[in-house]
Amino acid sequence: MTQPFPFSAIVGQEEMKQAMILTAIDPGIGGVLVFGDRGTGKSTAVRALAALLPPIKVVAGCPVNSPSLDRCPDWAHVGQHDIVERPTPVVDLPLGVTEDRVVGALDIEKALSSGEKAFEPGLLARANRGYLYIDEVNLLEDHIVDLLLDVAQSGENVVEREGLSIRHPARFVLVGSGNPEEGELRPQLLDRFGLSVEVASPKDIDTRIEVIRRRDAYEMDYDGFMGKWRQEDAELRDRILAARAHLNTLKTSDAVLRDCAELCLALGSDGLRGELTLLKTSRAVAAFEGAEEVTRDHVRKIASSALRHRLRRDPLDEAGSTTRVTRVVEEVLA
Amino acid sequence: MSTAGSVWTRVEVGLNVLAVDPAGLGGLWLRARSGPVRDRVMAALPALPLPQKRLHPSIGDEQLFGGIDLTATLAEGRVVQRKGLLAEPAVLVLPMAERTQPGLAARLAGAIDMGAGHCLIAMDEGAEPDETLPAALTDRLALHVDLDALPYGATDPVELDKDALAQARARLGQVKAAPKVLEDLTLLAVRLGIDSLRAPMLALRTARALAALGGEDEVDIDDLTTAVELVLAPRATQFPEQEQDQDQQQEPPPPEPEPEDRQDQEQGESQSLDELPLQDILLEAAQAALPADLLAQLAAKKSGRGAMGGAGAGAKLKGNRRGRPIPSRRGRLDSGNRLDVIATLRAAAPWQTIRKQESRIERNLHIRTDDFRIRRFEEKSDRLLIFVVDASGSAAMTRLAEAKGAVEILLAEAYARRDHVALVAFRGEDAELLLPPTRSLVQTKRRLAALPGGGGTPLAAGLKTALEVAIQAKGRGMTPTVALLTDGRANIALDGTPNRAQAGEDATKMAAAIRLNEFPAMVIDMGQRPERSLKALADTLGAPYIPLPRADANRLSSAVSAVLDA
Repeated sequence: MTQPFPFSAIVGQEEMKQAMILTAIDPGIGGVLVFGDRGTGKSTAVRALAALLPPIKVVAGCPVNSPSLDRCPDWAHVGQHDIVERPTPVVDLPLGVTEDRVVGALDIEKALSSGEKAFEPGLLARANRGYLYIDEVNLLEDHIVDLLLDVAQSGENVVEREGLSIRHPARFVLVGSGNPEEGELRPQLLDRFGLSVEVASPKDIDTRIEVIRRRDAYEMDYDGFMGKWRQEDAELRDRILAARAHLNTLKTSDAVLRDCAELCLALGSDGLRGELTLLKTSRAVAAFEGAEEVTRDHVRKIASSALRHRLRRDPLDEAGSTTRVTRVVEEVLA
Repeated sequence: MSTAGSVWTRVEVGLNVLAVDPAGLGGLWLRARSGPVRDRVMAALPALPLPQKRLHPSIGDEQLFGGIDLTATLAEGRVVQRKGLLAEPAVLVLPMAERTQPGLAARLAGAIDMGAGHCLIAMDEGAEPDETLPAALTDRLALHVDLDALPYGATDPVELDKDALAQARARLGQVKAAPKVLEDLTLLAVRLGIDSLRAPMLALRTARALAALGGEDEVDIDDLTTAVELVLAPRATQFPEQEQDQDQQQEPPPPEPEPEDRQDQEQGESQSLDELPLQDILLEAAQAALPADLLAQLAAKKSGRGAMGGAGAGAKLKGNRRGRPIPSRRGRLDSGNRLDVIATLRAAAPWQTIRKQESRIERNLHIRTDDFRIRRFEEKSDRLLIFVVDASGSAAMTRLAEAKGAVEILLAEAYARRDHVALVAFRGEDAELLLPPTRSLVQTKRRLAALPGGGGTPLAAGLKTALEVAIQAKGRGMTPTVALLTDGRANIALDGTPNRAQAGEDATKMAAAIRLNEFPAMVIDMGQRPERSLKALADTLGAPYIPLPRADANRLSSAVSAVLDA
């Protein structure tokens, strides 16, 4: 199997790439939503994200990727003590997925063939401590969305059905992509994404040509191309790791906090999640850039990504929320 | 423009190319009804160097990605795994592709993207223009072929030379393309209004395959022109602009290209001025292959979307997750299904004695795959009819009474039709949601009795409230329709000021917003004389305009029903 198109080789789409990197630095930001036209590199970027994520340490054989044996759930009957290094899980949530497959269910094959009542963990278990990727997230069925909201909120998956009573941790970062022409996303789910990015086909001929050129090289000269870009990906991963370490030593002044709060007030975003995301994301940017302190510039850089999906929709405003955010950022952080 | 003969030539060339590089091109979107013409295309498919596998639009994950083989598992008493259809590179033939659900489309698109070597042949039998393959897939399939208008006489059996194809395949890896070629294809795609970057990419691969077929080591101009005809022309969304002399007679281009877009195109053109001849040749090729009725098709696509209001307006949904239970039936236990345990046991019961005698394994209960009964449910998405009633002025009193009557009549029918009704009244300076979406007759009567009239005509405010109600209702799974009942022109702007010009503008904006959200609508003019501005408003809404002077409640409700059922 060939590896996905490398992340660093994606041309343009700087905002999307920035958002992905930031969420890799601080998973606490809460995931990325990528909305845009077809053929703009959404899926490519998400599939490439896995290569950027540093590996995690898990107990071998644990279905929920627990970091130590005492955190493994009882029902899994994990007998091994070995701690192994695994790539951070990036789990695909397909659209037509059933509830059983998401939360896990009675293992019907075991039940039928050996009469044993066993729990078969679902996608949420596999995504614990990792990423859950939903392509075409706006087409996801409502009852699955409800489920995800509930689990994303509590960080725990509880299964009470068919005589099973099971709970396990399910902390994951949501990454979604979709084409807005095909449907809207419920505001409740929108709110769960930390950052939201809008992508469009590049309008600049040279950029377009560069995209085609690299894609062509990837397909025609796979080894040479990957050799070159794998190096870049590794460097990027090192920077992400360094930024993670740097995150806790960053200073955040009250002035920046005030900026965040004022921005959210001026935009009238609901709740306090806007401020928190704004703060965490600014911090991640500052860490990535190796700055000593979070500044207003950092806030300005990521304000659109962190806030554009938190505005109340105004049907009369044809300009769209990006323009509104930019305008307010200009006013508040002048 | 394109004739039947040249269409078939393109089909033949396309099949040859596909046989050279099936995985690289993603596949073929074949829009044709079942018939001898399509059979001729299908007959050529075995020339593709991959095993052929058939899918169907409601295929489950277990069949696609593999899973536990239940039949073998039950028979042997141990878990037996089975490989999915996508496990090995294959030609995936998808009949009835127009019925592909977004879920399957996303999975197949993922399979194509992963570069696992699949080639999808989507057999689209759609009858209506909007009954078609999901765009997520069409975007990824290089070849688009429409055989619907092609008579059998214009076709010949497709001849594929196996040896030549094998040679071409061997050569494919060495075929080079000049950097200029890339630029030209990208530029041309922009000029044809193709936004997706996959299109020039696929065109390039097609050109490579063509060069390999011709026994060349480098892509030349003939390969490029053919690739443009095959890949770019069918995706065009606009006629390329004429160069130098901007011909005023020319059809106005559809409003997609934004001003900045246009600028870039001009920049691009000036950059590659030295290569103009090549651009011209390619452009000509594309134009020759453009469907003759491109503009008409584009228009139909637009209006169709507005008027139909998305998929399944109040339609029956046969699902297996929720809704009214309908009898369970025999089925496979794959991902989308739920086992009906009682029915399964009942089906297995009569066989127990026989199976116990036959079986090698000692068990109390013998269940075979044939016994499985799957739960099925049927649900209908509820329709919501939002009345937006003009309660302005003194004459409104009668109109309002009629509208109230119509609402009551429609609600009385609602039990049979599963319709919900909401009522927005606008008068004075503002609009008010008098009746939130409901099916309760009693509640309706009580609320309607208290509806006052008089004042100005804040049409925009009324439409805005209706839009909000509609968006909320859609979120709750209903299918809203907006029915506007009025007689006059808007004279109160959205902010409540009496400004006729601003009011008209606001109303048009709101109407555009409703259309943008793809809510179907209707405009009923209840004035003595048809009002021209209302006709214009109906056009903005993409809605039927129905003048009904002196309408009574019965005529009103039947007019609304007629539009709803149309």
